[in-house]
Amino acid sequence: MADLRLPGTLTPLFPGLTRHVEVEAANVLAAIDELEQRWPGLRDRLVAEGPSLRSHIHVYVDGERAGLDTPVAERSRLDVIAAISGG
Amino acid sequence: MPNTMLTVATRKGTFVLESDDRRDWTLRGPYCEGWPVYHAIYDPTTGEIYAAAASEWHGSAVWRSPDLGETWEMSSEGLSYGDDDGRKISKVSTLARAGDRLLVGVEAPGIFESRDNGKTWSLLSTLSGQHGSEGWDDPANQPPGHLGISGFVTEPDDSDRFFTIVQGVGAFETEDGGSSWTPRNSGLRRDWPADYEDVGFCVHKLVRSADPERMYQQNHVGMHRSDDSGQSWNEITEGLPGDFGFAAAAHPHDRETFYVIPVDGGHGRVMHDGKAAVWRTRDGGSSWQDMRKGLPQANAHLGVLRQAMTMDSYDSPGVYFGTSTGQVFASADEGETWSEIASYLPSISSVDVAMLD
Repeated sequence: MADLRLPGTLTPLFPGLTRHVEVEAANVLAAIDELEQRWPGLRDRLVAEGPSLRSHIHVYVDGERAGLDTPVAERSRLDVIAAISGG
Repeated sequence: MPNTMLTVATRKGTFVLESDDRRDWTLRGPYCEGWPVYHAIYDPTTGEIYAAAASEWHGSAVWRSPDLGETWEMSSEGLSYGDDDGRKISKVSTLARAGDRLLVGVEAPGIFESRDNGKTWSLLSTLSGQHGSEGWDDPANQPPGHLGISGFVTEPDDSDRFFTIVQGVGAFETEDGGSSWTPRNSGLRRDWPADYEDVGFCVHKLVRSADPERMYQQNHVGMHRSDDSGQSWNEITEGLPGDFGFAAAAHPHDRETFYVIPVDGGHGRVMHDGKAAVWRTRDGGSSWQDMRKGLPQANAHLGVLRQAMTMDSYDSPGVYFGTSTGQVFASADEGETWSEIASYLPSISSVDVAMLD
């Protein structure tokens, strides 16, 4: 299972969602879609039309900046970061 | 239960102000997790509050509260032009109830409707085919310079008939629930060249008066009045300190009485001379009076946005407005005297009033 870390701005929006979730997915988009299955509406908070990552959502896979099609290994760590905005 | 409730949308969430007597107010909030909220309304049809919000991180959604703000849910299901369309939703801007539908106007310009009170949404119209739509519908022009749907005026007795505003383009009316549209900009002033006769106007705010035939609008260049339900417009700016402003409200019982807040039309877009004033006409715009008692008259550089002034409909109507510097001012006597009922809020986008009794 890959180890997925979410920003604190997401957890208040979805009952039961925690900042640390384990997922089994082949790439970043599949990981987000797995979250969508468990917490409907969550994909839309991270993914815009296209599909593409929302402009101020950054994802890192094992420390490297990633896109939606970046592969995820069984023991990967995914960090989802809410970046830049908020002032 | 308090009998008067203001729903205040701000840059950092939704707030609620409540009062039993329109003099002493209590504040609750922030709600909506501090998201930037552009318009929040109380809907008497359902008893719910709806808030159109757009997070820089998490996109656009409509929040809803079934219990006057105590609990909230949000949804953006269906609130998209789709993966293949090319147009993007950068913001949800304005809400309105039209019969059994909840409407939300978005940027890039489009209107989405919900028939289940905000749980799911579907695209109603982009006003496609109207003059000017070739600009806002162009996928290469997304987002189209903060042009969006900035307002609705609905008709209580006919839910298929309503007006909407496309920013920088003009006002449009539908009589068939959004299937077809007619520009309603005849007679408006514009001080710039335009490609079309019927669009290319910068309509900031449309308001219907107590008489459905009588409408008012604050335009980028002037106040205007219509006596034929928006078919044609005449300018009524003379007597005001300037022709620019955003906020406007109509008296609920007297079609001749109307309120505006002129602001500097340059970069500042704050009230003139650092002195706060609401301007009122009692004669349909033939003359104007400045209402200042209780408002700050020195160093008050206050901006008020288009959805940030409203009126209740008591026998002696109250007037309310919220500022870009986080104050809410209220008058319980038709604007004669004012008091500051909230301070230090985040920048205010909209103020809506509900009479709950």
